[in-house]
Amino acid sequence: MIDLVFQALQTLFTPEHFVFLLLGVFLGLIIGVFPGLGGIAGLSLLLPFLYGMDQVSALATLIGLVAVIPTSATFSSVLMGIPGSSSSQATVLDGFALAKKGQASRALSAAFTSSLFGGLIGAIVLTFFIQIARPVILFFGSAELFMLAIFGLSMVGSLSGKSLIKGVVACGFGLLVGSIGSAPATGEFRMVMGLDYLYDGLPLVVIALAIFAFPEISELFRKDAAIADKDAKDLGRAGWIMGMKDVIKNKWLALRCSSIGTIIGAIPGMGGSVVDWIAYGHVVQSSKDKSQFGKGDIRGVIAPESANNAKEGGALMPTLLFGIPGSGSMAVFLGGMVLIGIEAGPSMVTTDIDLTYTIIWSLAIANVLGAGFSLFLAGPISKLTQIKFSLLAPFMIMVISFAAFQATKDITDLWMLMLFGLVGIFMKRFGWSRPAFLIGFVLASQAESYLNMSVQFYSWEMFTRPGVIVIMLLSLITVYFSRRGTVDENAELMEKTKTKGLSLRPQILFASFVTLFIGVFIVDAFAQSFLGSIFPLAIAGVIFPLSIYLIFDFIKKKDEAAAGFDAEQLAEEGIFKASWYEPVLWIGGLYASSSILGFIPSIIVFFISFLTLKAKQGILRTALLTAAAVVMLLLFGYFLNLDFPNGIIF
Amino acid sequence: MTTKKQILLLCVLFLSAYTLFSYFTNSKTKINFDENPEETIIAADYFAGKTIEWIIPFKEGGGGDTWARFNAPFLTKYIPGNPTIIITNIPGGGSIKGANLFAERVKPDGLTILGTSGSTQMPFLLDDPRVRYDYADYKPIMAYPNGGVVYVSNTLGLKSAKNIKDIQDLSLIYASQGPTSLDIVPNLAFELLEMNVKTIFGFRGRGAGRLAFERGEVKIDYQTSSAYLKNVTPLVKSGEAIPLWSWGVLDDTGKLVRDPSFPDLPHFGEVYDYMHQGSKPKGLSYDAWFATMAAGFGGMKLMLVPKETPNRIVEIMQEAFVNIKQDPEYIAKKQKAIGYYEQVIGKKAQVIFDIATSIEEAEKEWCKSFLREKYNLNI
Repeated sequence: MIDLVFQALQTLFTPEHFVFLLLGVFLGLIIGVFPGLGGIAGLSLLLPFLYGMDQVSALATLIGLVAVIPTSATFSSVLMGIPGSSSSQATVLDGFALAKKGQASRALSAAFTSSLFGGLIGAIVLTFFIQIARPVILFFGSAELFMLAIFGLSMVGSLSGKSLIKGVVACGFGLLVGSIGSAPATGEFRMVMGLDYLYDGLPLVVIALAIFAFPEISELFRKDAAIADKDAKDLGRAGWIMGMKDVIKNKWLALRCSSIGTIIGAIPGMGGSVVDWIAYGHVVQSSKDKSQFGKGDIRGVIAPESANNAKEGGALMPTLLFGIPGSGSMAVFLGGMVLIGIEAGPSMVTTDIDLTYTIIWSLAIANVLGAGFSLFLAGPISKLTQIKFSLLAPFMIMVISFAAFQATKDITDLWMLMLFGLVGIFMKRFGWSRPAFLIGFVLASQAESYLNMSVQFYSWEMFTRPGVIVIMLLSLITVYFSRRGTVDENAELMEKTKTKGLSLRPQILFASFVTLFIGVFIVDAFAQSFLGSIFPLAIAGVIFPLSIYLIFDFIKKKDEAAAGFDAEQLAEEGIFKASWYEPVLWIGGLYASSSILGFIPSIIVFFISFLTLKAKQGILRTALLTAAAVVMLLLFGYFLNLDFPNGIIF
Repeated sequence: MTTKKQILLLCVLFLSAYTLFSYFTNSKTKINFDENPEETIIAADYFAGKTIEWIIPFKEGGGGDTWARFNAPFLTKYIPGNPTIIITNIPGGGSIKGANLFAERVKPDGLTILGTSGSTQMPFLLDDPRVRYDYADYKPIMAYPNGGVVYVSNTLGLKSAKNIKDIQDLSLIYASQGPTSLDIVPNLAFELLEMNVKTIFGFRGRGAGRLAFERGEVKIDYQTSSAYLKNVTPLVKSGEAIPLWSWGVLDDTGKLVRDPSFPDLPHFGEVYDYMHQGSKPKGLSYDAWFATMAAGFGGMKLMLVPKETPNRIVEIMQEAFVNIKQDPEYIAKKQKAIGYYEQVIGKKAQVIFDIATSIEEAEKEWCKSFLREKYNLNI
C-alpha cells in the first residue's frame, strides 16, 4: 500500500500533471471568492479542458477546484458578511464581527490556516480509513440520520440568544420555511400559493444571503462608514502573524472541528451546509469564556473553517465507495469523474486504488496551495474594509443579487432575497437568533424525510438502536451545555443601555407576523394528507403557542419583558444616517427595474444613480466604477456561461 | 453639472453602449424559414461560427447532464463548421421547469435543443398541471435508451424470477424518490405482479435506495444498467443480491425484448407471464406499465428540436452522430461515461420517440387511478 501511496504522489508531481492541479486551484480560488457560484459553475468552465486529458491530470484539476472553494469563500464571509458558500455561513458570525473591529487580516489569516489544517486532516483520515469506511458509512441508517438532524437542531440552544423562547420560535420558523414545497413523504405541495417557484422549496443560497448578508448591507448602508470601525485600530500586517498564532494556540480545537467535519462529510445524506454550524455550536459549548462569541471571537472563525475544509475529505468516501455524493460539490466531482471514464464504486479501493491515492494527494496539495495563495492575498484584500461603504455598497448589492439569481435563474430569486432580507432585518433588529432560523431551514427537509423513513422502517424500535441512542445522548449533552451560556450578537448593546422606555409596538408587530405565518401554515397543512402534514403540524404545534406567549408577554410586561429588544431604539443617536427602509427601496428599485429593463441595464442605472446621489461621486469616478461593474458581470457571464435576469425590454 | 444631468448623461451613454454591444454579440444570421420544414434550403456549413445551446433540465453532475456533456465535444468536432455547444442546466420541478422554459424560448433554427429524460416524459404523459410543453411540437435528433434491473436480498430465499409466486407472501419495502418520478415503472410493476410492497418516498436518487438496500433497510430495489453493473454486480457475486428481471428494451419495431446487457435475465413481460401463466392478452394494466416503461427507459434520453425545424438541420446533426460513433475516443469512453446502449438516430429514433411520448387515454386513466388509490394523489 505504501509504495502505491508514494507512486501516486510522484506521478502528481511531474510537471505535466502539476500544472493541471494548479489550474484547478486557481479556478477554485477565483470562483470561491464570488458567493453563490460554487463548484457547479467551475465545472462548466473546466469541462472543455477535461477532454483529452489523462485521468490523473483531470482528477487533479477537479479536486483542485473542489478543494479550495471553501477556502476562498472565506473572503466574502469575513470581509463583507456575505456567506461565501453553503458551508461557510457560521464563519460570518465572528469573522465579520472581527472585520468590523479592524481585524480582518487576523480573521482571514486564522481562517486560511485552519482551512489548511482541516484540509490536511481530511486527506489523512481519507488515506487511512477509506479501506474500512464501507461498514461505517452503512452503519448510518435513516434512524441515525434523523437523530443527526436532531443533533444539529440541538445546536440552536447555544445560538438562541438571551431568550430561549425566541430562539426556539426562530428555529421553528426556519423549519417551517424550509418545509415549503413538495412534502418528502408524499410529494404533495405545501404552501406554494400558486407560485411555480416554490414547488422545489426555497433555495438555501437565497435564504442564507437574505438572512445574513441583506441586513448587514442595509445596516452599513445606513451608517455610511467603512466596514471597519473608524475607532478600531487596524491590525494590518500584524494580523497576519496573529491569526496564525491563534490557530496554533487553539490547535486542539482545530483538530476536534476537523474531525467533526470529516465525519459529517462522510455521512451521505447530511449535506455540507450544516457542518459549519455543528462546529460552531461545539466551540461555543466547549469554551469557558463565551462572552465574545458573535462579537468577534477568533475561535468562532477557526471552528467552522477547519470543519468545512475537512468535510471535503470525508465527503469523498461515500462518493468514491458508493458513487453517492456526500455534498453538492461532490455531485459535480462525480459527474466530472464519469466524463473522464472513471466510475465510482467498490473498485476504487481495490483495482483502482491508485486513482484514489491520486485524489487524496491532490486534495492535500490543493489545500496547501489554496491556503497559501489566500494567505498571500489576505493582507491587500482586507483593505476593502477601510473603504467608505457607499463606494462598496453597489458592488455588494450587485454581488448578492447575482449570487441569489444563480440559485434557480428565476427573477423570483431576487424578490425572495428581498422578502426574506426584510425578515432578516427585523430578526436582527429585534434580537431573534438568525443562526437558529438558518439551522432550522437547513435541516428541515432532512429531519422530515429521515423521520418519515425511519418510522416506516423501524417504527418505535428505532429508539433502541445503539447508534440512535448515542446520538440522542450527544444531543442531550449539547442541550445541557448550551444553557450555560449562549451567543447573542446583541449582548453588547444590551449591557450598554437600559431597555426601559422602549416602545414595543414594532416588536409586537413582527412577532404577530411570525405568528400569522405559522397560522397560515397550519391552515395549509390541514388540507394535506396525514404523512404530508404531520411534520409541519408538529413544529407549528410547539412554536405557535410560544409565539403567542411572546406577544402576550410584550403586552403585559411592557419593557420588562424578557424577550424585549430593539436595536433600533437602543442605537446611539445619529449613528444611522438613513431610515431603515431606504436601502430596501434602493434594492427593490433595482429588482423592479430588472423585471422590466433586464439586470445589466438596471445595474447600469443603479450604479450611476447610487454613486452620484448617495456616494456623491463626480462624473469620472462614477463612469469608471460603473464600467468596472458591467465588465465584470459580462466577463462572468461569458466565461461561466451564466445568465442574468431578463427584463421585458432586454 | 447638476447631479440630475450627470445621471441622465451617464445613463444614456452607458445604456446605448450596452445596446450596441448586445446587438453585435447576439447577431445570429437570420434564415428565411419556409413554412414547410422539407423545403427550407440550408447550407452545409450552416452551423459555422454559431453557438448551439443545449438545454438540460437537470442539475450539473447528474445523469442527464453527464449524457449531454459527454456528447457535446463530439458534436462540435463532427458537425460541419464546428459550432460551439453550451450546456445550460435549468433544474427544477423534476425537469418540468427547464422543459417549460425551452417551450417558451425556442426557435426552429436548430440553435437551441432540449435534452429530456424519462422524468420529463412522465409528468407530460400523466397531465401534470405544471407541464407547459408538448412533445407533439417536437421531433427527435437522437434517442438514447436505458435499462434497469430489479434485484432482491438473498435473505428472502428467492432464487430467480421463476419462483415469482413465492414473493407474493412476503411483505416488502421499496425506497422510492416519489410517486410521479421514474419510480412509477417499478411501482406499477410490483402492483401488476400482485406483490405486497410498501413504498417509502423521499429518497434522493436511486443511489440512496441502493444504500438502503446495502444497509438492509429494504429488501427489493432496482438500478439503471450502469449503476447495476458497477455497484450491484459485486453484491450478486458475493451472494447478497439476487437479480430478478430487467425492464427489457424496445426492438426496432417497438416490441419489448430481453436486454442485451443482461441476456440471462427475463424481461418484465416474461415475468408477468410467469405470474399469470401466460394468459393473453395481457390487458390494460400491462399496457399502462409498458407505456410508462417506454417513456422512462425505452426513450430515457431524447435530444429534441421543434417540429418546424428544417429537416436538413436535423440531418446535419444526425450525420454528425454517424461519424461520432466511429470516433475511437467515443468508442473508448462511451460505455463508462453514459452506458451500454446505442445512441440511435433516424427512423429508430423516431420509433422510440413515438412510443416514449404517447399513451392511450385508457392507460393514462388507469395510471392516474393507481396513483389516486395507492398514494392518495390527485393529478
